[in-house]
Amino acid sequence: MTAFVIRRLLQAIVVMLVVAFVAFSLFQYVGDPVQLMMGQFATPADRIRLTHELGLDQPFYVQFFHFVVNALHGQFGVSLRIGKPVSVLLAQRLPATLELSICAALLALAAGIPAGVYAGLRPNSWLARTAMSASLLGVSLPTFLIGILLILVFAVKLGWLPAFGRGDVVHLGGWSTGLLTRSGLLSLIMPTITLGLFQLTLIMRLVRSEMLEVLRADYIKFARARGLSDRAVNFGHALKNTLVPVITITGLQLGSIIAFSIITEQVFQWPGMGLLFVQAVSYADIPVMAAYLCLIALVFVVINLIVDLLYYVVDPRLRIDRAGASGH
Amino acid sequence: MANRLAAALSEAWDSDLAWSFRHSPWAMAAAAVFLACVGAAMLAPWVSPHNPFDLAQLDLSNSLKPPAWIDGGDPSFPLGTDDQGRDILSTIFYGARISLEVGVAAVLFSTVLGVALGLVAGYVGGRIDAFIMRVADVQLSFPAILVALLIDGVARAVLPGAHDSLAFWVLVLAIGVSGWVQYARTVRGSTMVEKNKEYVQAARLFGIHPLAIMARHVLPNVLGPVLVIATIHIATAIITEATLSFLGVGVPPTEPSLGTLIRIGNDFMFSGEWWVTLFPGLALVIMVLAINLLGDWLRDALNPRLR
Amino acid sequence: MRKGVSLCISALFATMLVAAPGYASTFRWASQGDILTFDPYAQNESFNNTFNSYVYESLVQYDKKFAVVPQLAVKWEQIAPTQWRFHLRPNVKFQEGEPFTADDVVFSIHRQLSKRSMTKSYLVGVVDAKKVDDLTVDLITDGPAPVLLRQLTDVRIMSKSWCEKHNVVEVQDYVAKEETYAVSHANGTGPYILKSREPDVKTVMEANPHWWGKPEGNVTEIVYTPIKSAATRTAALLSGEVDFVLDPPPQDLPKLKSDPNIKVVEGTESRTVFIGMDQKRDELLYSNVKGKNPFKDLRVRQALNMAVDREAIKRTLMRGQSIPTGELITPEVYGYDPTIKVPPFSVAKAKALLKEAGYAKGFEVTLDCPNDRYINDALICQALTSMWAKIGLKVKLDAMPKAQYFAKINKLDTSLYMLGWAVATFDAQDALINLVHTRDGKGSGEYNDGSYSNPKMDALIEKIKGETDVPKRLALIHDALRMHAQDVAHVMLHQQIIPWAMRKNIAVTHSADNRLRMWWVHVN
Repeated sequence: MTAFVIRRLLQAIVVMLVVAFVAFSLFQYVGDPVQLMMGQFATPADRIRLTHELGLDQPFYVQFFHFVVNALHGQFGVSLRIGKPVSVLLAQRLPATLELSICAALLALAAGIPAGVYAGLRPNSWLARTAMSASLLGVSLPTFLIGILLILVFAVKLGWLPAFGRGDVVHLGGWSTGLLTRSGLLSLIMPTITLGLFQLTLIMRLVRSEMLEVLRADYIKFARARGLSDRAVNFGHALKNTLVPVITITGLQLGSIIAFSIITEQVFQWPGMGLLFVQAVSYADIPVMAAYLCLIALVFVVINLIVDLLYYVVDPRLRIDRAGASGH
Repeated sequence: MANRLAAALSEAWDSDLAWSFRHSPWAMAAAAVFLACVGAAMLAPWVSPHNPFDLAQLDLSNSLKPPAWIDGGDPSFPLGTDDQGRDILSTIFYGARISLEVGVAAVLFSTVLGVALGLVAGYVGGRIDAFIMRVADVQLSFPAILVALLIDGVARAVLPGAHDSLAFWVLVLAIGVSGWVQYARTVRGSTMVEKNKEYVQAARLFGIHPLAIMARHVLPNVLGPVLVIATIHIATAIITEATLSFLGVGVPPTEPSLGTLIRIGNDFMFSGEWWVTLFPGLALVIMVLAINLLGDWLRDALNPRLR
Repeated sequence: MRKGVSLCISALFATMLVAAPGYASTFRWASQGDILTFDPYAQNESFNNTFNSYVYESLVQYDKKFAVVPQLAVKWEQIAPTQWRFHLRPNVKFQEGEPFTADDVVFSIHRQLSKRSMTKSYLVGVVDAKKVDDLTVDLITDGPAPVLLRQLTDVRIMSKSWCEKHNVVEVQDYVAKEETYAVSHANGTGPYILKSREPDVKTVMEANPHWWGKPEGNVTEIVYTPIKSAATRTAALLSGEVDFVLDPPPQDLPKLKSDPNIKVVEGTESRTVFIGMDQKRDELLYSNVKGKNPFKDLRVRQALNMAVDREAIKRTLMRGQSIPTGELITPEVYGYDPTIKVPPFSVAKAKALLKEAGYAKGFEVTLDCPNDRYINDALICQALTSMWAKIGLKVKLDAMPKAQYFAKINKLDTSLYMLGWAVATFDAQDALINLVHTRDGKGSGEYNDGSYSNPKMDALIEKIKGETDVPKRLALIHDALRMHAQDVAHVMLHQQIIPWAMRKNIAVTHSADNRLRMWWVHVN
């Protein structure tokens, strides 16, 4: 167990270092940091001084080391576009993105699992077939188009829901939440659906195929042969065994939901990190891009790690597999 | 010659794949729609009533005309015009052309990159394999759109000013690089299975160059799955291009793609000029849906287990 | 009427219920771009100046008819032709507690005259400020300075000790995107206190409980949200998420006017929008013409001017909300010359002019443009690219938000750019000095980003600055404006008509300078 955990941790650190290296390269070699920081009144002497202060005259590995140390302290420099420290900007916007992403993930789970189970148990019913066709349509509809359509119907035509933004937020310490006000909750509905729909179809398709697979397994046939009720077989055995991979994949998907929120945030002008990132891309705001990259990587790595460990705890069979797989 | 061609055609017609195609109405419909899209896009300069990319042809007085069948519509602009006086129908043709060009070029790029890396990883193994697959793992944890956005942003920083003229290639690079992992994984898996088979071992004993072995023996066996991935990837690539253009970091505004039109139309949501968003949106969805349906069918047809 | 009264009463009641202690009303508003900086001298953009005026006050201010009335100075007199004496308001404190004295005024004027300041033009003619006693200051001018008082409405007073304490004695270098304490903190004597600032997201201000003045309005909290997307701005107003939109999209005005909860207050703005051209460099930065600068040739500038179909822009993109013009200033501004006509639109003549100038085949050039500053700015620029394509020019468009845009064009890093100018002093002199006079680093030509330079024009402007004879000065202004039009120093486009859109319960005073004066706003 300890060996496994240590190995996974080491792998996670290596991944983070690779990402940090990419971010560092962006930071250091794309654009001229000295030029960017000095402006038009700089003299050559100023340039040399700043080059020294930034450590740009030091060997490459020293610079990288400094970058990593700064990154660990959350320091990614100053946004070229807004002129504020990147860490402050990201911290201000993190709550908005996280709330939206978690709500979307919950929606995808709450609707995707039952729909998938149904489609798996009754694969030939018209409802299941419709749901499957609809899911293909869901995959073909770009996220931004879904968002625009929702706004057009529910905000413009019907006027039921707010068209943009987070509504009123309440500040609890350093965290701003929209979950405690009416307008905040209303504002959350359409972005959540927009962001969650893709994951919902994914989960539905996954649960369905897992269910179909499991229902064909021998122990299910045995259970039926033993005369257990359909209910007990379907939900007691089949669903339970389906859920392990489903939860794993959903966990892993939370990371992509956070990253995918870029588009949703743009459509709904949701004041999260994604909106900041898109603007950073349009104006080549490298510090923000580098920091966002590192942050998303961190989220992924942490989620991956947790999922791996959970998997290990939940499913003893995998211990042998995993140990073997990483042996060569 | 003609005979041989006819023979090849009839063989193709009788093949499993064709049989399955002829018996799947959805696949046939999707193929027809897809061909129509490709046709319209390829022939855009000839079938479009106007050339929306030629700035000198635009006239502001034609701006925001409704579709021809609505009051105030103009028969020379069948689906209406946008805010700059561009004919929506023509822009859809030209925009679809950009979408398909970007999609196909990006997928080609991904395929070549992914297949090459996959073959090398699978055949050579060892450290190179471990390295390639580790990179693949890391990249796979980032959604394609994020990778594409990053590459786009870096291109902007590296090429200030020149970005617009290179927008097409930046898009191809961004979408292409963000998609190679799936190919590499699939190809690597098949390669590892094939390379231990006796005929490959034998070929090796005969002193045939590893590259030749890979090309002649391993590659044909992995083409099926690669084709499936590539088809579905074209749909994803088209969506990614539209998304980037919608976000305002894709093609320049003077050469709008479908995503750009949807973004423009977004500003006219309240003023009732729905056609600027609706028609390009529909065109996009229909095109992507057709490709996805084809991909689904291809996957089922090539995977006998599911039949 | 009865219904109105009962509504009022119930609204009042509701307000009392919500805010039991005291009496609070929040005013949430939006426009397309964000505040650039709270360093009041780092940029001279009227939207930014508006926001700074909530926190920082000036010696004098405008009343509703744009007459100059006291603010931080209670009275003033001209004690010599080049010496003005200002008697300061006693017992005024800055928001962080520092007493307001003559030292602060002297400091602020010196700071505003310093090298990096972008608002030096408001002190044109002023050479020094001298403390007489704690509540008296003398301004020394180099001449009679006929519009000095109007200029002073935009000379904001900062606290000397605060600036020293926070190391912001130097003005922020906006072009270099410098970040100083004063960029996101503010400490003035004004009616509102800056509470929080999240760039691109939200800026919150609260009423200053210790303000010396009595507010006419009743806004106790200001929440400002920049909303770039036109449709989103409309949606926000319709749904009541914001109370007020400064720049409703022209295409959405019919929808807004028909909504029973919304009212639209119409009004023109004293702003012209125009295109500037680099007329200084020997070779343009962004063009394929090498070895010479086509914009130095009057015929090329005339061609650009004649190829613009201003009526089409008005009819389509602006939906009637613009007044095409060929003159630098608008009728609201003193000195307007009604004889200057809108340039004729003729593609054929424009083509002929280009051919004469040796550009029969046209040339390539990049047009820089903001996309969140003026009404439909980027769309107008896009339309211009196609209008100019008709005379053979290949114009590339580079549109960006104003925060980047102004830093770029103030660096003169442009060949062709869009700018709009609202004359804060309501006197043509301000526009002539900022936009037309040769850039001298001492306050003239600060926004002459194309570096138009004409010695005759400079001489005229210098005369205008010192002329006290009213009819003579007017004649000089007319001469300068006509010379500007004949030289095609800028390709003038139009005057904006800016209706303000708001919820029915909001009462505001529309100002031709498009500045929302918060202390006059009523939330009912």
